Amino acid sequence: MSQTRTIEVNALARVEGEGALYVRTEGEQVAEVKLKIYEPPRFFEGFLIGRDFREAPDITARICGICPVAYQMGASQAMEQVCGVTLDPALEDLRRLIYCGEWIESHGLHVFMLHLPDFLGYPDGITMARDHPELVRNALRIKKIGNALMRLVGGREVHPVNLKVGGFYRAPTQAEVAALREDLAWGLEASAEALDFLAGLEFPDFEMDYEFVSLVHPDEYPILHGRLGSSSGIDAPVEDYDRIFTETHVIHSNALHSHLSDSGRPACLGPMARFALNRDRLTPRAAALAEKAGLGAVCRNPFKSILVRMVEIAFAFEEALRLVDAYQAPSRPAVDMTPRAGTGYGATEAPRGICYHRYTLDEAGIIRDAKIVAPTSVNQPSIEADLHGFVQAHLDLPDDQLRHRCEQAIRNYDPCISCATHFLDLTVERG
Amino acid sequence: MRVQRPTLAVWKFASCDGCQLTLLDCEDALLALADTIRIAHFPEASSARVEGPWDLSLVEGSITTPEDAERIREIRRASRHLVTIGACATSGGIQALRNFADVEAFTRQVYARPDWIQTLATSDPIAAHVPVDFELRGCPIDKGQLLEVINAFLYGRRPQIPASSVCEECKRAGHVCVMVAHGTPCLGPVTQAGCGALCPGCHRGCYGCFGPKETPNAPALSAQLAQLGMDQGQLLRVYRTFNANANPFREESLRHESDPDH
Ligand code: SF4
Ligand code: SF4
Repeated sequence: MSQTRTIEVNALARVEGEGALYVRTEGEQVAEVKLKIYEPPRFFEGFLIGRDFREAPDITARICGICPVAYQMGASQAMEQVCGVTLDPALEDLRRLIYCGEWIESHGLHVFMLHLPDFLGYPDGITMARDHPELVRNALRIKKIGNALMRLVGGREVHPVNLKVGGFYRAPTQAEVAALREDLAWGLEASAEALDFLAGLEFPDFEMDYEFVSLVHPDEYPILHGRLGSSSGIDAPVEDYDRIFTETHVIHSNALHSHLSDSGRPACLGPMARFALNRDRLTPRAAALAEKAGLGAVCRNPFKSILVRMVEIAFAFEEALRLVDAYQAPSRPAVDMTPRAGTGYGATEAPRGICYHRYTLDEAGIIRDAKIVAPTSVNQPSIEADLHGFVQAHLDLPDDQLRHRCEQAIRNYDPCISCATHFLDLTVERG
Repeated sequence: MRVQRPTLAVWKFASCDGCQLTLLDCEDALLALADTIRIAHFPEASSARVEGPWDLSLVEGSITTPEDAERIREIRRASRHLVTIGACATSGGIQALRNFADVEAFTRQVYARPDWIQTLATSDPIAAHVPVDFELRGCPIDKGQLLEVINAFLYGRRPQIPASSVCEECKRAGHVCVMVAHGTPCLGPVTQAGCGALCPGCHRGCYGCFGPKETPNAPALSAQLAQLGMDQGQLLRVYRTFNANANPFREESLRHESDPDH
């Protein structure tokens, strides 16, 4: 007779938002895996309807306090597309600069305060600081510099007030931007050191055959621009997103699940996907650091995502330095916008992967339809597949160890559950 | 004998996590704080949990489900002091826009299987369900104000949080008034201080993320905004954002809803 075993975690810790885990095995087989998301929905797409297009960046920012810039940018891009406006290159650079700040702040929080404690055996970063004071002090300084970048360009670190459709309310002066240089240079060196340390951690021997999806850009490591690309050869404009992904509502999650429409397979978004598809467009120092940390061309071990995130922090510092050195206050802080009717698309690389927006406006610029997909929503089936694979391969572990590893397997994705539940497809039927 | 450190618990309801993140963003101050208090429950940052009762509970987020209405009562029972942090917890947040709409229709439109979704018709501030000892405003809250509130409760004094307006902070910061100088609509006159007048500092009008100040004269401001060219729809929407459900903003937005010109 086969024996039933269940592994449950009722409230996941060190993830952003509220979720739970349920795994059931029958004998030697994993029978069921559920990443349960019970965080209450907030219906963002619902109340975007009827709002002016200029209001979308501030409203959508409130989907997530950890990656507000991703929402502000995606919404702005979509609106700019509808209005037929292209941003001045100097304003695009400023957007890339603040986005570097968000990557540093968000990745920094996850790598050191949420993920690393798993590897070193602490309940949290604060306790870890007692035994590793210098490591945590440097980590906090890295994160703080990311926040400073957000504050300089965005006016505030959580829900920046200075971003808008068409650009910025106020462009920072050259002197203000230059003042960050020293910290950024320190950050790059500190990231290199931290990566050396992280590369020496012990990682479970586990790989998955992922279908990676990220933006792909011919000239740069993707943040704000690119086509949809994948490890199986998808190459499509952002406008094809709704064709490439199919969303479904499952009973155990208040966040819709996504699968690739063609194969029905889960997609893996985020740092490992960006790295796999864009490695040769990393900045030189970041590329060298990746090499040194032993990351090959692709990283398929989700536990090693901590290394990839650290490489991306180094990249963000290096890229921010380049942008800061080249910075000249733009001739105008924003491009003028005149609304018109139509549908527009936006997609950027949030720290956790592609964050997709689509809006339809009427001729007065009032939003008539909205769709937003957060990366964590897409990653849910991939997380469940990892859990399935990992548990199947480690059935010999005692329950508490297996449970701990499962929690870690979820944290590998830096899932943002708050994001995921805010994004629900909304189709409005009008008679 | 070592004195027991007071315990701090951080709770999340419907929210974006931005206000809790503000606590993590305190960085050095947070490490210092961890010496004087015991972080007993903060799932977003720690997997360690200490059972209640807790000396101070910080609550982020609004009440939107029947389970959460029950959960906040349990938390209240086990907390000596309970402080709400941010617009979601103090007013219902941006998700309180549902309070002005038919939420069943929302759910039907959003989910393939509405019967799987449990949700209340309104998004409520915490104080609508349990007594609250102090409400800290902002979407998100301000770091300095958060540390002030935590310290005040730990030392048994009243937090020093001014109830004045953004206008007053703006003048203190030496910003040019965006409304007078550039004709930019601004909610500064009716919005509670606390952010340091960030938006006018960026040449932008305040959009009210700290919610209504004490006894605001919103109708007078609306008249001024109308003169600057805002129509009824814009006037309705400008009050209907992150603090839409806070009474003075709520009433003012409703006033523009019923306007026959709209
Ligand atoms: S008040 Fe604003 S910043 Fe705070 S949790 Fe709510 S939405 Fe986020
Ligand atoms: S000026 Fe107004 S909208 Fe801007 S941050 Fe301050 S309170 Fe919020």
